[in-house]
Amino acid sequence: MRPEHPPEFPLAVHDLTVAYHRKPVLWDVELNVPKGTLAGIVGPNGAGKSTLLKACLDLIPKTSGEALVYGKPYEHQRDLIAYVPQRESVDWDFPISALDVVTMGTYRKLGWFKRISRSQKQQALEALEKVGISHLAKRQISQLSGGQQQRVFLARALVQEAEIYFMDEPFAAVDAATEQAIIELLQELNSKGKTVLCVHHDLATVSRYFDYLVLLNMRVVASGPTSETFTRENLQKTYGGKLNLLDDVAQALKNVGRS
Amino acid sequence: MTWELLSETLRLEHYNTRLVVFGVAFLGATAGLVGSFLLLRKQSLLGDALSHATLPGIGIAFAVMAAMGLSGKSLPGLLIGATITGLLGVLLVLAIRKTTRLKDDAAMGIVLSVFFGLGVAILKMVERIPGQSAAGLDGFIYGKTASMIWSDFVLIAIILLITIIVTIAILKELTLLCFDADFSSAQGWPTLWLDIILMALVTAVTVIGLQAVGLILVIAFLITPPTAARFWTNRLGWMLFLSATIGAISGWLGVSISALYSNLPAGAIIVIAAAIIFLFSMIFGTARGVLPRYFRHLQLQRKVGRQHLLRSTYEILENTQNGEPLKNLPISMDLLRKHRYWGKGELPRLIRQGRSEDHVERQPSGELRLSESGFGEASRITRNHRLWELYLIKYADIAPTHVDRDADMVEHLLGAEIVHQLEAELDLSKPTIDSPHAIEPTEHELQTRPTTKIPPP
Repeated sequence: MRPEHPPEFPLAVHDLTVAYHRKPVLWDVELNVPKGTLAGIVGPNGAGKSTLLKACLDLIPKTSGEALVYGKPYEHQRDLIAYVPQRESVDWDFPISALDVVTMGTYRKLGWFKRISRSQKQQALEALEKVGISHLAKRQISQLSGGQQQRVFLARALVQEAEIYFMDEPFAAVDAATEQAIIELLQELNSKGKTVLCVHHDLATVSRYFDYLVLLNMRVVASGPTSETFTRENLQKTYGGKLNLLDDVAQALKNVGRS
Repeated sequence: MTWELLSETLRLEHYNTRLVVFGVAFLGATAGLVGSFLLLRKQSLLGDALSHATLPGIGIAFAVMAAMGLSGKSLPGLLIGATITGLLGVLLVLAIRKTTRLKDDAAMGIVLSVFFGLGVAILKMVERIPGQSAAGLDGFIYGKTASMIWSDFVLIAIILLITIIVTIAILKELTLLCFDADFSSAQGWPTLWLDIILMALVTAVTVIGLQAVGLILVIAFLITPPTAARFWTNRLGWMLFLSATIGAISGWLGVSISALYSNLPAGAIIVIAAAIIFLFSMIFGTARGVLPRYFRHLQLQRKVGRQHLLRSTYEILENTQNGEPLKNLPISMDLLRKHRYWGKGELPRLIRQGRSEDHVERQPSGELRLSESGFGEASRITRNHRLWELYLIKYADIAPTHVDRDADMVEHLLGAEIVHQLEAELDLSKPTIDSPHAIEPTEHELQTRPTTKIPPP
């Protein structure tokens, strides 16, 4: 084991490069995410935020490099990570209920050919209870609001009882109440010593939500505790010439002082 | 056509009819089952590419078998050839998708037409092979249902059995794959192999369906039943069952009708039967059909309209009276018209509706008065509305997850249970509640008010 990526890190990324059609999306990514952090991955559109999560989960091929989960490749550590994909990545017209979707989180432990029994449904219902929508368990998923759909996805991750949570834009296009509920949930996971890695795009809330920050724009511009990393200089490096964003940045930095 | 013929056909008295009817019905059930997953995996076009790509395989298999000195028309040989080029077509689509930036539909369009063209050309060429008759090979294009024999039937039955067993065994794995392949893969399920199993089932159905419905129409057999089934249910299990049933019924109907009119091709009639079931489902399907949706909408609209009328009347009564308790007095149409925005012709329609429900009555003077039951109903509706508004104001931060529509609609969906809950949470249980926001009468209303203001006794 290389000294710079010791096995006590929930996620250690070394020299990771990912390219689509020869165009690099991630470039020499080096990253250690410490245990028990609530980490945000922040960067402009097309910076490779989702790609980073997917590459770590072996969903897309790595051009080079490796991602280690507690010192081992992900394929040996699947039980440790729960993944919440982007909400738009699935067809919400699919003929299943909210409870069915959440139950999917138990499939891995259940294994091949086994039928879903009452105990899985009970687990799923408890997870729905935790995200506050157990009364919608039987509802077909297209009849849920955007925020409710996001909660269903979170509940599905909760039933996996993982150590590390990968979340791809859980706050995208949800109502204020759901945003609040999600962040409370993340903080609860965090207080139990779980590690949460969350793709995020709203600079205004970064310093309030996350105690660890990864600034990404094809490469890791900076990473570390939010208090040290969330600086004007780093943000300018990350967002570069995207001038229209600079106002947001200024606003976000102002918020740092307040929180 | 005589009645005897009709009854003979329907009662399946002839061995041959029975064989074909059961064979095609089983095929339809298999196609409906497999097609459901194909549709949910959003790969229906891939099935189309597959079926068209079987044609060159048939021609080539014929030529190869002829060259080996065998009979060129041995069915197993032809089907093996069909399978090989069919899968080749699918692989080509996948390769084009992976290596170029072409969109799926373009890749499939190219492969589908090129393979089909190639197939037509090869069939023409093999016709010239001496000592072999290629006549009838083109039956694979449009299907030749009546030529089904016992061994074909057995093959179809076996494939149906395998499909049912596989679907039941890996139902949850396939569902997960179709719903969220990335999540499935992250959980460690072999999505590639699951896709291959699904594609294998599709290939099997397509190839055994070639003879019965032909390669052009087999895709309709795969896609129409599940699409029709989806209109009736929001649950996957039911959808699978209904889809298989619809497939079987289409097959049975198609074969029976074509047996009655011997010059009609069965393949085409099967597909038309499926399309008719689809159309019926689209219109009447209880879960997502057009008519039930329209009626549900209409019903809600009527309910909302009725409540608007009653609440407006009640609010006007409140505005025009000072004393408690509120008295049920006639109000002028003019006030009602100005109280809220009514669509064109909406108010007369609502009043007609209200009269037929015995909630409002017209006074001889032209004024409107709530009936006794209407007054009670109006007071209840107004109270619910205000409870709801209070709830939103007080619990705005939790409310959005418990409601689906904006406040004005949800009020009409409130049940007794929620009302009790609201009362408890808001600590309000008096029968009437003041509106949390003042119902501001417009200047115009203030001017017109004295005309209906009844002096206190």
